[in-house]
Formats: sequence, C-alpha cells, structure tokens
Amino acid sequence: MPVTFTLNGKPQTVDVSPQMPLLWVLRDSLGMTGTKFGCGMALCGCCTVHINGQPIRSCVTPISTVAGKSVTTIEGLSSDNSHPVQRAWIEVDVPQCGYCQSGQIMTAVGLLKKTAHPTDADIDEAMHGNICRCGTYQAIRHAVHLAAQYQAAANRNATVAQNVAEGDAA
Amino acid sequence: MKSNSITVVSRRDFVGGVFSAGALVLGGILLPLKGTAAATADATWQPNVYLGLEPDGRVIIIAHRSEMGTGIRTSLPMIVAEELGADWTRVKIEQAIGDAKYGSQDTDGSESIRDFYDPMREAGATARMMLESAAASKWGVPVSECRARNHEVLHAKSDRKLGFGELVPLASKQPVPKKEQLKFKSPAEYRYVGKNVPITDLDDILAGHAVFGMDARVPGMVYASIEHPPVFGGKLKTYDDAEARKVRGVSKTLTIPPFKPPYAFQPLGGVAVIADNTWAAMQGRRKLKIDWDLGPNASLDSVAYKKTLQETARKACKVARNDGDVDAVFKTAAKVHEAEYYVPHLAHASMEPPVAVAEFKNGKVELWASTQNPQAVQETVAKAMGLKPTDVTCHVTLLGGGFGRKSKPDYCAEAAILSKQMGKPVKVVWSREDDIRFDFYHAVAAMYIKAATDEKGRPTAWLQRSVFPPIGSQDDVAAKYGTFELDMGWNDVPYDIPNFRAECGPADTKIRIGWMRSVANIPHAFAVQSFTDELAAAAGRDRVEYLLDVLGKPRKIDLRPPAERKGPDPYMLDIARMRRVIEIAAEQSGWAKKKPGNGRALGIAVHRSFLTYVATVVEVEVDKGKLRIPRVDMVLDTGKVINPDRVRAQLEGASVFGASIALMGEITAANGRVQQSNFNTYPVARLNEAPVETHVHIVPSSAPPAGVGEPGVPPMSPAICNAIFAATGKRIRELPIKKQLG
Repeated sequence: MPVTFTLNGKPQTVDVSPQMPLLWVLRDSLGMTGTKFGCGMALCGCCTVHINGQPIRSCVTPISTVAGKSVTTIEGLSSDNSHPVQRAWIEVDVPQCGYCQSGQIMTAVGLLKKTAHPTDADIDEAMHGNICRCGTYQAIRHAVHLAAQYQAAANRNATVAQNVAEGDAA
Repeated sequence: MKSNSITVVSRRDFVGGVFSAGALVLGGILLPLKGTAAATADATWQPNVYLGLEPDGRVIIIAHRSEMGTGIRTSLPMIVAEELGADWTRVKIEQAIGDAKYGSQDTDGSESIRDFYDPMREAGATARMMLESAAASKWGVPVSECRARNHEVLHAKSDRKLGFGELVPLASKQPVPKKEQLKFKSPAEYRYVGKNVPITDLDDILAGHAVFGMDARVPGMVYASIEHPPVFGGKLKTYDDAEARKVRGVSKTLTIPPFKPPYAFQPLGGVAVIADNTWAAMQGRRKLKIDWDLGPNASLDSVAYKKTLQETARKACKVARNDGDVDAVFKTAAKVHEAEYYVPHLAHASMEPPVAVAEFKNGKVELWASTQNPQAVQETVAKAMGLKPTDVTCHVTLLGGGFGRKSKPDYCAEAAILSKQMGKPVKVVWSREDDIRFDFYHAVAAMYIKAATDEKGRPTAWLQRSVFPPIGSQDDVAAKYGTFELDMGWNDVPYDIPNFRAECGPADTKIRIGWMRSVANIPHAFAVQSFTDELAAAAGRDRVEYLLDVLGKPRKIDLRPPAERKGPDPYMLDIARMRRVIEIAAEQSGWAKKKPGNGRALGIAVHRSFLTYVATVVEVEVDKGKLRIPRVDMVLDTGKVINPDRVRAQLEGASVFGASIALMGEITAANGRVQQSNFNTYPVARLNEAPVETHVHIVPSSAPPAGVGEPGVPPMSPAICNAIFAATGKRIRELPIKKQLG
C-alpha cells in the first residue's frame, strides 16, 4: 500500500512495508540522510523530525502512521541555514562530530515553538532525550538561549513590517 | 516508490579529489586535473603531499587525519594556510584516502597536532617561498623584497602584487627549498593559528548535508545486518534462515567465518542478512534461528572475574618501577594507609555505530568508511581477502564520534567479505545493540595502593598495583600483562617520594579489549588521585596544598628509558607546569573561599596524559543521594594551541565523557554474554545529568604542542569522587558511582 505524506512542504509517496519506520524511509528509500540513526528505540534523539510541527522519534514511527501528515526534517528547516536555531548553532559553533546535531536542532526548534523564552529547567526537560556523546550540552544550552533571542528579534521585525504594511494600507 | 529525490553521493565526489591519485611530488610537477574538480583550471601545482594550488587561485589542503569531532579537519589545514599566507576563504579542504605517503593516518593518541604541526608548517612554508621566488623572478627583484600575504605576493617598493593563482605556473618551476632553508612566520604575524576558526564542516552539518559513514551510498548498494556469536570466540554451528528470507526486502543470508586467534581487528564472524534497506536487514536478522558453539569464554561472569582481579592485586605482582625500598619503610612505619579501587569495562558508544560500505570488484576493494585509520582498513581488509594493502582503497567519511572504537576496522572487513560474496557493494550497519555488545572494551582494572606517611601525613613509601586485561591481547593470545598502559599514569606518577614501587598483575582476556579515549589513564588517575586525596584527608590537610607538597619542588623528569636518553626531550615531565595548572585551577574555582557545607563541596585532581597537564576542580551538590555537578574548572597546559575554541570544546566534552564514566558507565558479562545493549542499559550522561558549566582555562605556552582530545578525561572521576567525599564523608572507590550515594 503506497503511503502519501508531505515531506518538507512537498508531496511524497512511498510504497514500502507499512511497519518500516519513517527514519529508514527517509534515509534508505528517499536518500534524505540528514536524519540520523542512533539507537532504534527512541532513547537518543538522533532521529528527531517533526510531524505536524511536533518533534517525534522517527526510528519508532511506522510509515503507515505518517499517511496524510506533514513531515519536516533538518533539510527542510531552511534552504540556507537561516533558521534562528541554525544561526545560533553557527554563532556558538556547537557541533563537535555533528552526528547528533540534526536531532538536537529539531528538538530545540520544537521547544522554541512552544516556549519562546525557555529557562534552563525548560531546556533540561525538552532536550534531555537527545544524547550527545561528544558532550556539546553546554554549547547547546547556550545556543538555545541565543536562538530564543534571534527568534524574538525576527518576530519583532515581522511585527514591525506588518505594522508598516498596515500603516501603508491605511 | 518515487525515487526522484534520492541524493546519491557520487563516486566522483568521493574519489575525484585531485590528490587521491597523485603521487608524492616534491618538484615542480604539474598534475593534470581529474574529473570536474575545477572547470576553470587546467593544472594543479602540488608542491607537497598535503597541498595543492590551482591556477584559479584556489588552495587545496589535504586533511589526512580523520574528523571525529576534534576539529582536526580544520586545525591542521589552518597551520598550512597560515604558513602559506593563504586566504582561508579560498582554501578547499579535501579528505585523503588511506595512503602511506601521508605518514600515519591513525587518528588516535591525541597525536594529530603533535605529530603533524611541523610537517604542516613545512608544507605551507615551502609553497610560500616558491611563490615568493616566482614573483621575484617575474619582477626581476630580490626575493627578500617579496612577501606572500592574503593569497598574493607583494612587492612593497614598487607597489606591485600578483595573486597566488597567477603565480602557479612559474612557482611550480622554482627550486624546492630544503628543510633547513625554510623560513617560518613569527607568531606575531599569525592570522589564523591561535585564533578561533569555525569548523570547516559546520554549514553542512547544520543543513543535514554532511556525509558521515552512515550516509555513504553508492549505486547498486545493498544493506547488511550481522548476527555475531553471542559470546566472544563463539562459532556458528548451523542456522535456519527460512523465516528471515520471508521479510520484505530481504534477499539473502551469508556467513562470515570466525576470527583466527589472536583476534586483532578481525571480524567476529556470524550470519549476515542482506536486504534492500537497513531496516529490512535488521528485521530479517531477528527471524534467524542459529545454533552456536559458544566457545571457551561462555563461563565469563563479571562478578567472579572482578574478584579474581582484586585478589591478584592484593598479592605481590610484577614490578614495573622500583625506587628506594618500600618494604623496609613499611616494616618500620608508624602509619600505613591502604585502599582498593576498581573501574569496570566501558564501551565507546559513539552516536554513529560502526558502519562501512565496501565494493569488491576485479580483485580490488574500495571502501567508504567511518574510520579513524584508513591505513588499518587497508591492512585488515587485505588480510581478510588475501590481497595486498595497495589493492584496497579506503575513502574516509566524517565520523559520528570515534573515541578509539573506529581505529579497529572489523566492520570494514565484514563489508568487504560480504561484497565479494554478493558481487555488489554492501553497506554494513551495526545496530546500537551490536555496538554495545561487541565492542573492543575499555579494560576493567582492579588497583591496590599502600602508603606509609610521616608525622605530617606526607608519604615516605608508596606501593601500587594495577591488574587489568591488556590491549596486547589483540595480537598475542598469551598476553596477560599490560605494557604501554603502564606509561599511562602508573609508572610515570611524578610524586616526590623516595620509596616508590609500581606493579602490574596478570589478567586473562575474555572479551575484546581496546583503547578508549584516555585509555589506562582513566583507572590510574582515578586510583592515584583518589588515594592522594585520602592521604590529605587523613592528615587533615588542605587538598591543594597537599597535592603541591607531594609533587614537590619544580623540576624536570626524563621519562625515557636510560638507553633512549639521547639529546634533549622537549616533552620532559615538568613539575613546574603541573604545579601551575593546580594553582590556576584553585584560583579560578574559588577553592580558598568555597568551604564545604550543605552537601556542597569542591574536589581536585591533576593528571598528565598525552603530554598535557590538566588540573580539574569539580563542584558537587549531593542532596538525598542525588548528585549534581554545577561547575567544573579545567586548566590545561598543552603547549602551543592552534584553534583555542576547539580546545575548549574538547575539554567541555571531556568533562561530560568523564562524568559518564564516573556516574554511570559499566559493562558486565554473565554466561559470557555482555549484559548491556542500548542506552537504557548502558546510559551515558544526558544534558540534565552532565556538569552544568565547564570553565576551560588554557595556559598560554610556546612549548611544543601536546595532546588535547583525551587528557581532559582522566582527572574527572577522581575530582568528582573527591568532591563527594568533601561534601558527604563518603569515599567512592569503585566506579560507577550509580547508587552508592544512598
């Protein structure tokens, strides 16, 4: 049975075993390798993607449950690393080996969507499911706080632009 | 299935590096460009094996060491670019294949900068001097008036300049300066070295485009998942794959022969399931019915094994270092202290499990692998296939962590063996369970220390024994004693004690042993630095003051065996440097002001490993048996630093890696089987468990560069445990701490 879903804004159909996890559909069937395999049991967070805007573990998500839904992977976050979270990760130079970072970023994006200005406790709560064996946690915490500032600035600019536009219209 | 969005990494991208086929060229020889690497150019000048310049001005620097997160793919090229006078934004970094012409590519031992600082400077300076001499001859001016800077050569007197690209044809014909003629930049002129330069792969990593071993794909590739014998040394008797082959996507099952002792880097053997995707191969594997001959290690039990090691450590062992006469002092000593310490087996657990793609074709093998050592891949694969190492081409991807595991290319040989049987490229993907259950484990160690002390509590005699299965068991079935492990924080304890004996006891090897980040320094620093803290506590003295006292006056110690003491050793153990890192750590952590109280206290440890001095102060909070580490101060003296931001990152990482070892790391076996298998049973520190803040302090130094990747790890566990003692009075002598706090 083919399964159709939206992948990074574009329709996508695959015909694979319905039990096949989204992770392996992305990686092996579609060649989207930005999403990583780390544990296969939703223990490490390397495989984090968004379904309908919510961070999930793609290694335990059967493709059949993704039908009709919208999937965003690291490749779909921006075309030029311009997402506030990516910009913060660049500013702090977070990655060491980099393997877990797409999962870290996708989880951080989910956190900032829900909580615009997370506290350290919020970051602990949201990010502790993503393991980094290189130990970039301190840099990640710093970058999440910085991304919150970037996001707030982007929102302010958007509001200003909107006000200007509305002012022009009036 | 729609396949229009498949992004296949083309072979050209992997193979087509302009240097991959180039021979060592030290004269001015122009190599024709291969592939499509540079459409605008028609020839590349390769003044050195690590460096090429193209007529369009691009500078290509070869990264011959593996990138596993240390930033080495950035730091070594920075040195070349610096001496060349290149503009970093016009530098392209290409990863080398495995090839003896680069020197050692074995990326471990914290050696990359140490061993290649000079060769990289020489590569850059050689090309720079040839560019300057090309410009001088073009302008008809003395070469002493020409200076290379920012990708061009300038003649200040006439205000003329020529870009590197324009000079390539002429520069390649200049005489190559001899090593002793090379002139190097003064540090005051540095634009990159010593500055924070972002890692070269940053953008690709954040966009999800970076290619790790897990991401390598070649046309026609199939996937393999391998069931290994459950016990080390076990062998396949029979198996039934009827159910496995019914899984959608599974095409075949194949066998891999068991290793012939000694185990070295050989595959463990087993049954491989081949499929058209990774998941199908893993699913098929679950349906195999296998009858194993469990072999000689099926009785391994960690509880009994630990007891054996501990009993060995209580009796006289083989003497490895002997100063003065400890026995005579012990006989008459008024006060004697003794203690036992234990560190279990540990697994590397890099986030990317072992993975490799191999294609056997026309009697040769080509691999794309997440490996710390492509030269070991060549040797190991060649041996497994009955080929010559030069018949094996190994492309190196980015590594999703390594920590020493990926120096051992058993998984690469598996891929090659399966590819030959399949007649297709095969990608071998280890699951997390495979990674944890079939590692080359960091060796368990049981240690015993005894000291006699004078009226001030200072040691007058010190005896220590370490018992662990040796890494030498990889290549020698009879190996029972450590060798180089004893140079890692055991024989080289630099205390000023007249009577000192270090011993090593025998241990059988029942599972694979291999080096892991910091190696034997981990247990040795734990025991020595914990025991020192115990002596300080028994004497009622301040730990920092006591540590400085046992280290003694500033002096230099030549650790080379007497026969090898020819000429000066730039890396002599320097007690002044060791004292300085301790003093800075005390100052930066607020040691004198922060007195223990309310379950909160500081602990200190110092250790020199990989020629680098590190002192670490850890602050702990213990509340109802729960441990929190709010702050760590790490001070390192590692000589010259190339990229300070990456040094900081390595030390922050060492803080977390060390905390994992102290708090939770433990591999055990029962009935010969490793009992841990994934992050639920082999936990590593998560963001909410790791030290909250690690402050890294780098001691400015012009000494030759030492190691960075590993030396931050060893002081962590003793510093944590010493802090716990100061906070609670509870002395931890066995790792991991886990539930020992109540």
